Amino acid sequence: MPEQRVVEPDYLLLEAPREKKFITGSQAFAEAVKRANVDVAIAYPITPQSETMHLVGDLYAQGYVKDYYRAEEEYGAMSAIAGAVRGGARAFTATSGPGLLRGLEAIVSWPGHRIPAVLGVMTRVVNAPLSIQPDNVEISYLLNSGLVVLHAENQQDVFDFTLAGFVISEKVDVYLPVVVATEGFFVTHAKGYVELPPEDMKLPPRDPYKAPVPPTDCEIPPARIQRDAPVQKSNFMSYLIHAVWQQEVWSANRRAAKWIKHYLGGLIEVVNPDAEVFVVASGCAAAQGREAQRYATMEGLNVGLIKVKSLRPFPVDEIREALKNAKAVIVPEHNIVGWLAKEVKAAIPNSGIVVDGPRVYGGMTLPVELIMEEIYKAFGIKKEKKVVV
Amino acid sequence: MAKKNPIQPGPEGYIPTPAAFQGCDLPPPGKALLYGEIVDEEVAMREAAKALLTRRNPTIFPGPLVLWGWNADAMEKAKAVLELAMEIPNCRIIPMPDYRPKYPKIDPEAEINPNHPNLTILHNKIEACIFVGVHCHYANLSLRMIRAGTNCFTIALCAEMGHEDAMVSLRDVHADEIRKFRDVVVEVRKELGIEWEPKLPPENPSLPKEDWVKISPLDFGEYAYLLIPRRGEIVEESE
Repeated sequence: MPEQRVVEPDYLLLEAPREKKFITGSQAFAEAVKRANVDVAIAYPITPQSETMHLVGDLYAQGYVKDYYRAEEEYGAMSAIAGAVRGGARAFTATSGPGLLRGLEAIVSWPGHRIPAVLGVMTRVVNAPLSIQPDNVEISYLLNSGLVVLHAENQQDVFDFTLAGFVISEKVDVYLPVVVATEGFFVTHAKGYVELPPEDMKLPPRDPYKAPVPPTDCEIPPARIQRDAPVQKSNFMSYLIHAVWQQEVWSANRRAAKWIKHYLGGLIEVVNPDAEVFVVASGCAAAQGREAQRYATMEGLNVGLIKVKSLRPFPVDEIREALKNAKAVIVPEHNIVGWLAKEVKAAIPNSGIVVDGPRVYGGMTLPVELIMEEIYKAFGIKKEKKVVV
Repeated sequence: MAKKNPIQPGPEGYIPTPAAFQGCDLPPPGKALLYGEIVDEEVAMREAAKALLTRRNPTIFPGPLVLWGWNADAMEKAKAVLELAMEIPNCRIIPMPDYRPKYPKIDPEAEINPNHPNLTILHNKIEACIFVGVHCHYANLSLRMIRAGTNCFTIALCAEMGHEDAMVSLRDVHADEIRKFRDVVVEVRKELGIEWEPKLPPENPSLPKEDWVKISPLDFGEYAYLLIPRRGEIVEESE
């Protein structure tokens, strides 16, 4: 392990020289953790996440991570992460599909307890029949909990979102957990080019005293500052305290927007802003949408792409502005419920222009042709489908 | 379209919309918030001073970061808070010593509590107040509840990035900045023609008289059991 020197987050994320490597999404997660000055990582195996936490375990062996252990199961892992973060540590863990749901009760308590941790979610099917394929319906469970949720399109996003996630989550006006979700296998087990800053640099250590809540229980005797008093002593709360507590969590979630813009260049990416028809997508679907936009342009069709990087905070204003002149909006997704289509419909005044789909789920890949079919329909172009036997 | 100056003294109603939901952003370094809008610090300070000098029962609520932050910075900040209090006519100090809900009920003359900050405001008829040294999360809870149910003009002197739900919010405030605010208060006071000789706020009659010589196990609250005292024993010395 090289000697790592502490550098400012802005330098590491935005200015440091970068070197191109050809690595998997799991390796990209680990490369981010390597530079994040992580105190503790806690793992519980589940496919397709296991490889990531295995690699983080290697980082522990090499000295990049100060503590690492395997929890008894996901609920224990997520609870222990909360404990470690309350104790002042910077923490990382990752999970997938059913593992996420098993840990969900603990995870959704993190925002209310103001736990700044980073959680990698490598999506996979959660519904029966059993499958380990990369359906991303599980993201919909995270959207209403107060977590900051970023959705990575590729290996580069995985690295950038994860490293920036640690910085964003610990900003005093945010102080919330950050989820970096990406499609299992499609991204985690596939290689892509990733521009990496030097591995002999790392983020400054976490300063738990820079917090909007007391860093830990029993901090300042003789008056005991109980960390989450209103949460735990409900009998003596006012009617309003729970409401304003939740409001404060969601206010913090909104405040994350400016840091996401600062470190990740915006909540959305827009390709061809003057288009008539837009593909709006996140995660892997954005990669397929990007290809569809490219094909459509080659065919002379005026199609644009909006890649949604941040699902929470959701870029309502940005999407509304980008779609103000759109005639049709196609929302391809890797799940059956269409959580992104619902969000896009709710964000714009003329929701009737949103096409529900195409959607694939249960491990199917999302061919560009499916998106092209919707693009042709939006332009009123008829294409014959022929089966040659 | 965003409303101009959306964060005004209440009562806003049953459950006010958080300022962050109304599009109010925290100020960048060197700036401040006035009624939810980003302005120059000087402008916000003068408006805050005017409120403290013209509204009923101005009160400072120092929080744990001033009261219990036992380090040089916190001590200097606490001194600066007292210097500020001296310059505000008939100013009172009501502490926010911790964030626990109070059993069986809060004593609104002794302290303010984030579970019921409005009760302390209403009981004492406070129409202008300053939050200082309160952890940001708890300050935000309190400021919003005060805006919901009272007409109090709230001022947040924040050591971090500020608070959208206060009528006036200054950021990066430490002892020097509090003294700068004190100077603005004195200046505005003179402009308003208010005569005042600086003096410390009165002792809070609701608090037990401090005995700086003897420490009772009761002073250690729920840690008292660690001392294993006999019933009624008074500890004369401690390390």
